[in-house]
Amino acid sequence: MSTPVLSVKELKTRFNTQDGTVHAVNGVSFELRRGELLGVVGESGSGKSVTMMSLLKLIPMPPGEIVDGVAEFEDVDLVQVDPDHMRDIRGGKIGFIFQDPMTSLNPVLTVGRQIKESLELHTDLDKKQRQARAVELLEMVGIPDPAQRLKAYPHEMSGGMRQRVVIAIALACEPQIIIADEPTTALDVTIQAQIIDQIRELRQNLGTAVIWITHDLGVIAGLADRVVVMYGGRIVEVAPVKPLYGSPQHPYTQGLLRSLPRLDRDDELESIPGTPPNMYTEPTSCSFAPRCKYAFDKCTTEIPPLVTVGDGHEVACWFDIDKGEPR
Amino acid sequence: MLRYTIRRFVFAVPMLLMISLIIFTILAFAPGDPAGALPLTIPAEVREAYRESLGLNDGFWGRWIKWVRAMFWYEPQHAIESIGNFCIGDCIDPGERIISFSSRSPAVDTIYERLPQTVWVLGLGLLFGIMIAIPIGIYSAYKQYSAFDNVGSFVSVVGWSMPVYWTGLILIFIFSVNLKWFPSFYDTTHDVQFTSWSSIWIQIKQLIMPVTVLSLFNAAAFSRFTRASVLDNLNQDYVRTARSKGLREFLVINRHVVRNSMIPVVTLIALSSAGIFSGAILTETVFRINGTGSLLITALGQADTPMLQTLTFFIAVMTVFFNIIADILYGLLDPRIRYD
Ligand SMILES: Nc1ncnc2c1ncn2[C@@H]1O[C@H](COP(=O)(O)OP(=O)(O)OP(=O)(O)O)[C@@H](O)[C@H]1O
Ligand SMILES: [Mg+2]
Repeated sequence: MSTPVLSVKELKTRFNTQDGTVHAVNGVSFELRRGELLGVVGESGSGKSVTMMSLLKLIPMPPGEIVDGVAEFEDVDLVQVDPDHMRDIRGGKIGFIFQDPMTSLNPVLTVGRQIKESLELHTDLDKKQRQARAVELLEMVGIPDPAQRLKAYPHEMSGGMRQRVVIAIALACEPQIIIADEPTTALDVTIQAQIIDQIRELRQNLGTAVIWITHDLGVIAGLADRVVVMYGGRIVEVAPVKPLYGSPQHPYTQGLLRSLPRLDRDDELESIPGTPPNMYTEPTSCSFAPRCKYAFDKCTTEIPPLVTVGDGHEVACWFDIDKGEPR
Repeated sequence: MLRYTIRRFVFAVPMLLMISLIIFTILAFAPGDPAGALPLTIPAEVREAYRESLGLNDGFWGRWIKWVRAMFWYEPQHAIESIGNFCIGDCIDPGERIISFSSRSPAVDTIYERLPQTVWVLGLGLLFGIMIAIPIGIYSAYKQYSAFDNVGSFVSVVGWSMPVYWTGLILIFIFSVNLKWFPSFYDTTHDVQFTSWSSIWIQIKQLIMPVTVLSLFNAAAFSRFTRASVLDNLNQDYVRTARSKGLREFLVINRHVVRNSMIPVVTLIALSSAGIFSGAILTETVFRINGTGSLLITALGQADTPMLQTLTFFIAVMTVFFNIIADILYGLLDPRIRYD
């Protein structure tokens, strides 16, 4: 097992809003290994984006606040690091691809300007080299006629093109880590496939580690090395792809997989009953318990910790589904 | 863009004709009669002759056509002739020009005399107001709900709600009456010599108070508007993208946020610039500046229809002109807007 490039421990993020405190991330710990692609899944509002944005302090602060946790990256703690150092890391060492391609680019600056901006900050390239690099980047993400396209404004491009530009910006300085927040959900299927291919290729060529946030369990199955499943601002299960899809250990993961349509079987699609957890109170027990058919008294009094159940397979559940009894 | 600009200016002409007709109609049906101010001892025949001599009996359309001809033909001709010091064909007969009922002199000349002081005071008031407002607006938005923002909001609400005649009178009371630093009225006859410091100083002294009053009033409004526009942009996703590249806050704000937020602000400034020419009735009255604002009010009191008609039309021309400028600026600043 290779050494982790990023190691997050007990990360907690809150939003102090007028309606109360939103407990968006409630103690998240995970590791990202060199060159791996880590999938992050979970329903809307489970804290996927906030977790990853907290790492680069890209959440709005205030109202956001990182109350606890450590995120080790290259011998520094991203939670404590000073703003100057954080700026070196942002864009230079960790690239971020945001959820919405339509609004992620500045409408009044040309695409080229926005790509070169990162290069100005993090590389020693001169003006000519930056231009060459920008052309190369657009080529890499599959934009035809790149030299011409650099002069375009975002509104002159389609959603797919813009998302590629956002990806190009994230890749510009060859970061060690790319965090991709649902990079393809806004795109249609063929473009999705192209972008996925490109990211896969880049990973092979550059050895970049990728965190890929998605709703789409199908995409992640063919792409990721390991998958993290989030629920209510916590990680409920981590596993390499095969065991996760083959023998999911958390009732929530099982529910997620059962709600996925499959061609080889004819089962009814199931949805998970109940509603997502209330984020206004800090969890003191398993957040999934109210929706869980296996829940017993312990589930409503204590938060289950992540326990190892197989090779690299961890689950946070008081109930052992395979054995059919509490752990 | 050039084609668009030309098209806009060409279309402005029929629009201005329509506007002149509307103004003319309103004034024609407005109560008030220049002969009404004559002493009651004057007999009816004389009164009638007076009305006749003013052309009041020519009928609505006749009067309008006369005015349009004078405004669109004779006045420009006269302007060209007097600038170039020559005659086009037969020299223009002064009687063909638009003559004020009350002063019996050409209305355009009077407006031309009144403009400099109005433009000085209102122009500087707008300029300084904007220069104060924009940095404050940007910083308030960036530090939303901070002490700076709260104080700024309070001051601008107060500044916005205090009428200029009130702040003006307070300034006059303090600085003219008590301290005797600045004159309480504007001396139009002062001819500014830019080569002489004392001459410039006199001009500055008489400008300070009215310009201060107007600057604060403008600053209050513009800082609110700037703040709102910057706030709007600060929450946009592209700002987060800019930060995710590792850009310093200063550049995030100035390169990304400000550039976007200034689009509506610049447009508003262009629109407000028309006001520089129309005058500020209250400010001009308080500081006794005989600019276009006070001209308008006097002409109204005297039922001086030609003067009102011409002055209002001039304001309309400026408004239309700066509207076009605003649209053009908008197109230049925002790459998403393409007119052609
Ligand atoms: N700026 C904010 N202010 C207040 N609450 C916020 C803010 N941003 C996020 N949240 C809350 O934090 C929680 C986690 O949000 P997050 O965006 O991480 O969800 P997500 O898992 O990424 O969902 P999605 O799949 O829809 O993107 C949600 O309950 C959300 O309402
Ligand atoms: Mg999200």
